[in-house]
Amino acid sequence: MEQLIEQVASGLANGAIYACLALALVMIFVSTGHINFAQGEMAMFSAYLTWQAMQWGMNFWAALAGVALASFLIGVLVERVILRPLHHAPILSVVVVFIGLLAIFHSLAGAIWGHTIKEFPSPFPHITFAGSGYIGPHQIGMVAVTLLLLVALFAFFRFTPLGLAMRAAAQNPVSARLAGVRVDWMLALGWGLAAAIGAVAGSLVAPAVYLEPNMMASILLYGFAGALVGGISSPGGAVAGGFIVGVLENLIAYGGNLLERASGVYLIGNGEKLSVALIIVITVLTLKPSGLFGHVTVKRV
Amino acid sequence: MTQTTRRMLLAGVGALALALAASPASAQKKYDEGATDTEIKIGNTNPYSGNLSAYGTIGKAIDAYFKMVNEQGGINGRKINFTSYDDGYSPPKTVEMVRKLVEEDKVLFVFQTLGTPPNTAIQKYLNAKKVPQLFVATGASKWGHYKDNPWTMGFQTDYVTESIIYAKHILANVKDPKIGVLMQNDDYGKDYYNGFKTGLGKDADKLIVQLSTYEPTDPTVDSQMIQLKNSGANVFFNITTPKFAAQAIRKAAEIGWKPAHYINNVSTSVATVMKPAGFENGQGILMAQYLKDPTDPQYHKDKDFLEWKAFMQKYYPNGNLTDGSNGYAYAVSNLLHVVLKQCGDDLTRANVMKQAANIKGVQLPMVIDGIKANTSPTDFYPLQSLKMHRFKGESWEPFGEVISGEATN
Amino acid sequence: MATTTAENGVAAGRRISLGRARWLWVALVVLALLPIVGGKTGLISDYGFLQLSLMIVYAIAVLGLILLTGFNGQISLGHGAFFAVGAYTSAVLIDQMNWPSLATLPVAAIVCFLVGYLFGLPALRLEGHYLALATFALAVAVPQILKYRHFEWFTHGVQGINIFKPDPPFGLPLSGDQWMYLVVLAVAVVMFWIARNLLDSRTGRAMTAIRDHTLAASTMGVNVAHYKTVVFGISALYTGVAGALHAIIFEFVAPDSFRFELSIAILVGAVVGGIASLPGAVIGGVFVQVIEKYADALTKKITAAVNLPLDLEPWTIYGIALIVLMYTMPMGIAGGLALLWRRLKGS
Repeated sequence: MEQLIEQVASGLANGAIYACLALALVMIFVSTGHINFAQGEMAMFSAYLTWQAMQWGMNFWAALAGVALASFLIGVLVERVILRPLHHAPILSVVVVFIGLLAIFHSLAGAIWGHTIKEFPSPFPHITFAGSGYIGPHQIGMVAVTLLLLVALFAFFRFTPLGLAMRAAAQNPVSARLAGVRVDWMLALGWGLAAAIGAVAGSLVAPAVYLEPNMMASILLYGFAGALVGGISSPGGAVAGGFIVGVLENLIAYGGNLLERASGVYLIGNGEKLSVALIIVITVLTLKPSGLFGHVTVKRV
Repeated sequence: MTQTTRRMLLAGVGALALALAASPASAQKKYDEGATDTEIKIGNTNPYSGNLSAYGTIGKAIDAYFKMVNEQGGINGRKINFTSYDDGYSPPKTVEMVRKLVEEDKVLFVFQTLGTPPNTAIQKYLNAKKVPQLFVATGASKWGHYKDNPWTMGFQTDYVTESIIYAKHILANVKDPKIGVLMQNDDYGKDYYNGFKTGLGKDADKLIVQLSTYEPTDPTVDSQMIQLKNSGANVFFNITTPKFAAQAIRKAAEIGWKPAHYINNVSTSVATVMKPAGFENGQGILMAQYLKDPTDPQYHKDKDFLEWKAFMQKYYPNGNLTDGSNGYAYAVSNLLHVVLKQCGDDLTRANVMKQAANIKGVQLPMVIDGIKANTSPTDFYPLQSLKMHRFKGESWEPFGEVISGEATN
Repeated sequence: MATTTAENGVAAGRRISLGRARWLWVALVVLALLPIVGGKTGLISDYGFLQLSLMIVYAIAVLGLILLTGFNGQISLGHGAFFAVGAYTSAVLIDQMNWPSLATLPVAAIVCFLVGYLFGLPALRLEGHYLALATFALAVAVPQILKYRHFEWFTHGVQGINIFKPDPPFGLPLSGDQWMYLVVLAVAVVMFWIARNLLDSRTGRAMTAIRDHTLAASTMGVNVAHYKTVVFGISALYTGVAGALHAIIFEFVAPDSFRFELSIAILVGAVVGGIASLPGAVIGGVFVQVIEKYADALTKKITAAVNLPLDLEPWTIYGIALIVLMYTMPMGIAGGLALLWRRLKGS
C-alpha cells in the first residue's frame, strides 16, 4: 500500500515535467494550429541559458525571468523570420522546417556548452517536511509552478483583450482580421508565449533530470502523450493529461512488477514505458481524439 | 682439399656471413596500407551525436593527444594522422564509417571504436580484412576472444571482472544479503548483471530479490528506486550511467533507503555524479575503479594528473576538466603510443597486433598506481585489475589491494 | 497542368510523360552495367557500390512513404518502424531458420504489409496532426518494442543479430558489394514499376481522390476505409523491403539501428525529394544517404576556416539546409526541377 502511494506521488512529480512541456505544446497548437516538434529542444536551449545566467551570478528566479523574456523574443523572432514565409506552404514543409529548428537548437546547445551533463541547482529549498519521503521539495515546487502558469494563462486568455484577440485569431483568422485583430502578430505572440513557457519547463526540469542536450528528447513524447490525453486544444486538459500520463506509467510498471513477483511471469514493466505511452496515444486518438477535456471541432462540408 | 681451397672457402663463407650481417634485415621497413616513412594513419568512430554524445569527448581528446605527439616530433619520426567519424551510436553507420576508413581513407588500423553494438557490427568485417580493431572503447567482456577474433582487442577492465568483485565482496561482508539491482536495459547493463550473477554463484537467483530496469529514454528512475526499496533489499547494486546514478543516489536518500550500496565505476565521478547527488547521500558507497577521477582531490598533486591537466589546457581547452572520459582518453592514447613505439619500423598490421599483445607492466597516466597494463598472445585484456574504494567526505577512499580478474575468455 | 493542393496541404506532383521513358531506359542500362564498367576499371570501389546500394535502398524506403503521404494524404512520422520490421523479419529468418538471404524479401514484404494494414485500421480515425503524433509515438517506441523481453528468444535483444550477405551466384566475377548493388537495383526497378502502374490504375486514382477531397471521394462511391488501410499496408511493404535489404547489406541488426532519427530521415528525404513524385523518391533516397557527409565536410571546412567561439556541429548545418530547402523548394527538389524544366521549355 505504501508503495502504491509512493508510486503515485512519484508519478505526479514526473507528470509535472510532462505537464509543463504539454502546456507549451498546446500553446502553439492553439495559436497557430501547428504541432511544434522543436518545442523540447527550444526548452532545453532555454534551460542552458538559465544555467549560464546563474553561472554569471544571478539567482534562479532572476535568471529565469530574464531567460523567459529572452525566449519570448526568440520565439517571436522564429515565427516572424522563419515561419511567416511558410504560412501557405504545405503542412509537411512546415514539419520539415520544425525538424530543421530541432536540429539547430539541439546542436547549438551542444556546440556552445558541450555534451557532458551539468548539475543544475534547484530553486526550492532542501527542506524536509512530513511526506517529503514521498515527494521532494523540488517536485512540489514544480507542480506548484505548473499550476500557477496554468492559472495565469487561463486568466490571460479569458480576461484580457490580448488573450481574446489571440483566441479569435486562432479560431477564425478571417473574421478576426475584419474585426481589426492583427492576426500575424497574434501568431508571433503565440510562439513567444510558448517559448517562454518552454523556458520555465526546461529550467524546472533540469534539476530533476540533469542538464544535457538530450534532456528533453525523451520527455517530448510523454509531453505529447499528456497533451493528447488531456486534449491538445485545452491548456488545462494538457496539464491534467501530463499528470495522468506520469501516474499511469508508474502504476503500470508497478503492476507489472507485482505480477512478476507474485507469479514469476514478466508481462510488462519498467522496460515498456515508451510502449505504454505509445499505446496511450493511439488509444486516446482512436477513441476520443479531442482528448478528455478538449472540444470537438466540427468541419463543415 | 688443399690449403688454398680451404682458405678460399673460409674467406667466401666469411664474406657471405659479413654480407648477411650487414643486410637490411635490421634496418628493414615494412609497411601495410596506412603507414609510410612519414605518417601513420589511424581511424576511429565515436558518437558525436545522438543520445550518447557525452562520450564524443573521447574522440576529441584522442585527437588532441596526437596533435601533441605530432608537435613533439611524432612516433619514431612519423606523424600520426587521426581520422574520426561520427556514427551516432548506430551500428549500420559504424559499419559504413569503418569501411570508409579502411577502404577510402586507407588507415592502418582502427582504434577505440566506441560501444558494444557498434563494435559487434564491425568485428566480422575487420577480422576478415585483417585490420586491427584495437583497444575498443567498451567494457564488455567479449573483446578478448583472441582465438575467434585475433584482430580484436579490448582495453579497459571489463564489466564482468568488476561485478564479480562486487559479488564476492557482498558474500564476504554482508550477512544475509537481499540484493536489489537497478540496471540500464542495454548491453552494458546486461553484461554487468550477468557477471554479477556469475560472481554470486548458484544462489544468485535467491539472493537477488528485485531487478528493476530502466531505459536511457526514461526521464527519472524514481519509480524504480521505490520498487527496490519496497522489495526489502538491504544491498543495492547500481548499474547506471552518470545521470541516472546521481538520481538513484539522491532518491534512495529521499525515500529513506539505506542499503549497502555498490555502484559501477562508469558513474563514480565526484563532480558529475556524487556532488549533484549530494555528498551527504553518498557516504559509504562502494566501487572498484581503475581510473583516476580528475575531480577527486586526492590525485591533484600527482605527476600524471598535472601532466594531463596541462595537456588539456593546451591542446583541448574546450574539453571539460571534470569529465573522467578525458582522463580515460589520455590513458588509452598513451597505451597506443607505447605500442606504436614498440613497432619501430615494422608497421604492418600483423606487427601492430603482435606488439599490442606484447605489453609488459605499463603504468599508464591517469590509471591508478599499481594497476598496470599487460597483454600476451593469450591475454587480450590489457587492463584487468581494479582497486576498491569507499566514498568518504568528498572523495573516494581506496582500501585493500589491487584485485585482478581472471581471464574472462 | 498546374499542381493541385489538397485539403491538408499535400501537393500533387507532375507525372513524367512517356516521351521521357527513353532516357529512363538508357539510365537503367548504364546503372546495370556499372559493376562491370566501374568495378573492373576501378572507377567505383566496393565502398562506392555500398554507397550506391544505400541510396537505392533509401529511395525504396522513401517511395513507401511517398505512396502513403504524397499520393494518399496520410502523414507518417513513423516509417522507421516498418523499416525495422522488414529488417528483423529477414534477419530472424536467416538466423533462426537458415533461409537464404534473398528469399526472405518476399516474406518481409508480406509481414510488413500486414503490420502496415493493422496500423492503418486505427489510423482511419486520425488525420493530419493526430496521425502525425500517433506515428511519431510509434517511431519513438520502436527500439523499446524490439527489446521486449518476450521477443528476445528471436531478436536476441540488445545484442542484435549477425547475418551474412549472399555471395554472387554462379561464380560470377563480382564482389559481394557489387552483387548486392545489382540485387538492390533490380528490386528497386521492379518496385518503382509496380508503383507507377499502381498510381496509373483505378486504385491510384482512388488514392489521390481520397487525398484531395476525402468527403467528395466517398460520396462518389470510393470505399475510403478500404483504400486507406490497403495503402498503409503497401506503404509499409515498400519501406519494409528496404529495411530487409539494409539488414542484408550490413549483415547486422540491433535495436539501436532503428531509432527515431531513422523515421525523421525518411520523412525529410520524402519532403526534400518531392513528396508526391516518383523521381522525388530517388532524389530523396540520395539525399538521405548523402546529406550527413556533406554537412560533416562543410562543418569541418568552416571550423578550419573561421575561428568560432563554439564547437560547430554538423546538425546545425543540416538544420539550416533543411530550412533553406523548404524556402526555395517547398515542393521538394523534384518540384523545383520540374519548375525549372517548365521555365526552360517556356511553357
